[in-house]
Amino acid sequence: MTHAAYIYPAYAVAVIATLALVIHAFTSMRRAERAAAEQRDRRA
Amino acid sequence: MAAKPTEGEGPGALGTQYRLGSDPHIYVTKHMHRFANPARFLRIAGVATPLTLWPGLAITALGLAWGLFYAPPDYLQGDSARIMDVHVPAAILAELGYAGLAVAAAVGLVWKHPLAEVAARALAPVGAVFAAVCLITGSLWGQPTWGTWWVWDARLTSMLVLFFLYLGVIALSNAFDEPGRGAKSAAILAIVGAINLPIIKYSVDWWNTLHQGASITLTGSTIAPALLWPLGISALGFSLLFAATVLMRMRAEIAQTRVRARARRMAEAFA
Repeated sequence: MTHAAYIYPAYAVAVIATLALVIHAFTSMRRAERAAAEQRDRRA
Repeated sequence: MAAKPTEGEGPGALGTQYRLGSDPHIYVTKHMHRFANPARFLRIAGVATPLTLWPGLAITALGLAWGLFYAPPDYLQGDSARIMDVHVPAAILAELGYAGLAVAAAVGLVWKHPLAEVAARALAPVGAVFAAVCLITGSLWGQPTWGTWWVWDARLTSMLVLFFLYLGVIALSNAFDEPGRGAKSAAILAIVGAINLPIIKYSVDWWNTLHQGASITLTGSTIAPALLWPLGISALGFSLLFAATVLMRMRAEIAQTRVRARARRMAEAFA
């Protein structure tokens, strides 16, 4: 493949950035929803 | 008869319930507030998140593998055209994300729609990352194709401005300790910045740019089907992942707001 030195980094940037966004959003959501549930349970 | 909030709640509070009269002038507001209910939103988001996340991951992987390993090289650009499978979806989503941000900001500013402010806060970082991916991958395509990493061309510059607008919105909305205080300034910047969207779109028509014109229009495409298919599939996959990320960020924001609100109420009760 010609221009592999440009193509692979471009794909790597897109994949890593997208996965980082997804994983960060997923862990933030799980952590926040767990905290909200624990707080609600403590009050109940 | 005007809509009246129930006791102890208002449009700025998550969990708003409105008693709505039959006056037609509140018809739009009624339906907007119907979807402003966070409990209803959380029910919908609970179903929509896995429906966008898992297919998004699978479709993106399929589109990228197709574009990288199975699609033929372009007759003119050669293999570097494969970069379009990540560059074009990133560009489209960065622009659509900003349009969504501007709409959410306007709705939040005018109607104090609580979910609109949450949506705006959730959209901005996601759009900023996609704008950065668009700029970086565009640069990686530009070097082998144009012979330069960057030119101050109208399309590239307006895209860079979009990235800075995202950063400005994020900075303003996080400029205060209490979330929400920066929302108004961030919303104004988001709305004013929307003027950049038609500039990005038409920059290749209004100015003599190094960046080529649109290859896909409402009337058709100049891209060969063998290259268009992986591009379309990866665009669909990235769009689903964009939606899933925004939904998850909104769910996190709502849960954090509820935790803060309960903690404040408990502190007031013990004071």
